[in-house]
Amino acid sequence: MARIDLDHIRHAYGAKPTRESDYALKEVHHSWNDGGAYALLGPSGCGKTTLLNIISGLLHPSEGRILFNGKDVTNLSTQERNIAQVFQFPVIYDTMTVYDNLAFPLRNRHVPEAEVNRRVNEILDMTGLSDMARRRARGLTADQKQKISLGRGLVRNDVNAILFDEPLTVIDPHMKWVLRSQLKRLHRQFGFTMVYVTHDQTEALTFADKVVVMYDGQIVQIGTPAELFERPSHTFVGYFIGSPGMNFMEARVDGTSATVGSQSIALAYAPAVGGAQKIELGIRPEFVRLQREGLPVRIGKVEDIGRQRIVRAEFEGKPLAVVVPEGMDIPADPRVQFDTSAINIYADSWRVGSEG
Amino acid sequence: MQKTWNNKAWFLVLPVLLLVAFSAVIPLMTVVNYSVQDTFGNNEFFWNGTDWFTEILHSDRFWDALVRNLSFSVIILAIEIPLGIVIALNMPKKGVGVSVCLVLMALPLLIPWNVVGTIWQVFGRVDIGLLGHTLEALGINYNYTQDPFAAWITVIVMDVWHWTSLVVLLCYAGLVSIPDAYYQAAKIDGASRWSVFRYIQLPKMKRVLLIAVLLRFMDSFMIYTEPFVVTGGGPGNSTTFLSIDLVKMAVGQFDLGPAAAMSIIYFLIILLLSWVFYTVMTQSDAEA
Repeated sequence: MARIDLDHIRHAYGAKPTRESDYALKEVHHSWNDGGAYALLGPSGCGKTTLLNIISGLLHPSEGRILFNGKDVTNLSTQERNIAQVFQFPVIYDTMTVYDNLAFPLRNRHVPEAEVNRRVNEILDMTGLSDMARRRARGLTADQKQKISLGRGLVRNDVNAILFDEPLTVIDPHMKWVLRSQLKRLHRQFGFTMVYVTHDQTEALTFADKVVVMYDGQIVQIGTPAELFERPSHTFVGYFIGSPGMNFMEARVDGTSATVGSQSIALAYAPAVGGAQKIELGIRPEFVRLQREGLPVRIGKVEDIGRQRIVRAEFEGKPLAVVVPEGMDIPADPRVQFDTSAINIYADSWRVGSEG
Repeated sequence: MQKTWNNKAWFLVLPVLLLVAFSAVIPLMTVVNYSVQDTFGNNEFFWNGTDWFTEILHSDRFWDALVRNLSFSVIILAIEIPLGIVIALNMPKKGVGVSVCLVLMALPLLIPWNVVGTIWQVFGRVDIGLLGHTLEALGINYNYTQDPFAAWITVIVMDVWHWTSLVVLLCYAGLVSIPDAYYQAAKIDGASRWSVFRYIQLPKMKRVLLIAVLLRFMDSFMIYTEPFVVTGGGPGNSTTFLSIDLVKMAVGQFDLGPAAAMSIIYFLIILLLSWVFYTVMTQSDAEA
C-alpha cells in the first residue's frame, strides 16, 4: 500500500510531440493518498486509461515522474512496482483451471503453496466461484471470466495499489451492484489504494471517496461526489455529472447580479470574472423551481422518468431543464425561480469564486 | 407440420454433383476398376479379385517406401513446426518490418515445386553448385547423387526451406490476433517469458497449428516433384517415397493393376492418418 504521487506527468503517443494537441495527457500533477478509493471519471478518449497505464508501468510517460511513498519508480517495470490491474475485458488463461488462474500471480512470485491455497480460497469464496475451482477457465460466461480477472487483481494482498480499468463493462447490471459492493467491502477491510476508471458516473459516485474528473487529457476537478454535484469547477463537470446535466446560459455579470437576455438574476456573491471572454451562469435542474411567480419560461416537452419529471423549457430563447417532483402540477403560465445559493458563475468554462 | 416436397430443388444440387462426379468420383472408380482386374493388352480385362492388394501389402518395396515416407514426414514436421513457431514469435508486430518480413516469408511459397527442386539440384551439385562445391572444398564428403545420407539431408533441407514459411505465416496470424491486454495482464501477474508462451501464445496458436500440422503432413506424405527432380528417388531407392514408387510402377513398368491397388491403399492411409490427427487435436481441444 502506498501513497502515489504523479509529478507533472505528460504523455504523447507520437514520437516527437510539438503541439499541445499531440499530448494524450496534457499535464497531470496529483497525489493519490495511501488507502484512498478514487474514481477516475471522464468520457472515452480523455486519457483515463493512459494515466492508469502510466501508474502501473505499462506505459512510460513522455515527461514527469511517478513516486510511490516518495520513491521514484518512473523507470521501474510493472512487476517491480508491485501493482495489480484489472482490464476492461476479461483476460483469463484458457488452459488453466479457475483455481490455477487465481494462483498464477502468486506462484509467479514464489509464494509458498499453503499461502497460495489460503488466499485463492478466500478469493473463490468472495467471488462465488468456489464450486467451479477445478474447472477449466474456458467456456465460462463473460462475467465469470471477469470475476476471475478481478480475483487475480485482488489475490495479492501486498500490492501498492489496485487499478481498475472499467472492469464492470461486460457484467450485467444486477451483478455490477454485487461486485461493486464487494470491492468496497474489501477496500474497507484491507485499505488498498484503489483507482477505478469508469465513464459511468453512478459507478464513480458510489465507489469512490474522491472522484477525479478528466477531460481532454487533463484533470478538471477532484472532489467528493457532493462537491462535484454542487460546485462543478468546470462546465464539463457540470454537464457530465448529473442527469440531466447542469444548465448553462450565457450571461453578463454586474456585481451581485447576472443578466441573461433581458432578465436579471440575483447572485449570492460577486464573482471575480475579470476580463473573461465568455461568462456563463450554471444551475442544476434540481435547483430550478417551476411555479406561478418568477421568470417567464416556455415549456417544450415533459419527460416522465418515474419518480420525477424532466421539463424541457425555454428561458430567454435558451434551453433550460427543470426537474419537477412527482405529483406536482405544471402551472398553465409557468415561471421559474433559481435557488440563489446553487448558482455558479463560469468564466471561460472555469468556475469563479467571489471577488477579493 | 406438413412437409413440402419440392423435387425441383435437386436441380440446384445437380451442377455440384456432376462436377464432383467428373473430378473425383469417376476417376477414383476407374482406379478401383483397375485395382481388381488384370490385363494383357488389347483392352481385355480379367477379374482378379483382391490379388493386387494382397501382393502390394506383402511386398517389401511398398513397406520400405511407406517407412521412408513416414520418416520423412515425421522429420520435417519435427523441424518445421518448432522452427516456424520460433520465427513467428520473433517477427515484428508493427511498423515497416511487418510487410518486409511477410513478403520475405511468402517468397518461397510462390516458387513452383519443380523450380524449387531444380534450384536445389544445381545448388547442391559438387562440380558447379555453390553449396556442394563449398562443402567439398571444406573437405566434407557431400554428394547427394551417391550418398543416401546426403540425399536425405538435401531433400529435408529443401522442404524446410520451401515450407517453413507456411507454418510461420499461420502462427503469425494466430499471434497477432491476441489482444494487447493479455500481455499487459501477464506483466501485471509477473509471468515469465516462458509462461507467456505456454499459457497465452501457445493456446491461441493451437487452432492454426492444427491446420499447419495437417497441411504439412498431407503435403509431405504426398511429396513427389522435389525429390523426383533432385534425386530421382536415388541413390538406389533411398529417397523413393510412396508417390515416386507409384509413378515408377504405373508409368515406368506399366503395372496398372498393382499401381491402382497401391493408390487406393495410399489414399486410405492419408485419409486415416489425417482423421487421426484431426480427432486427436480436436479432442484435446474439447477437453481443455
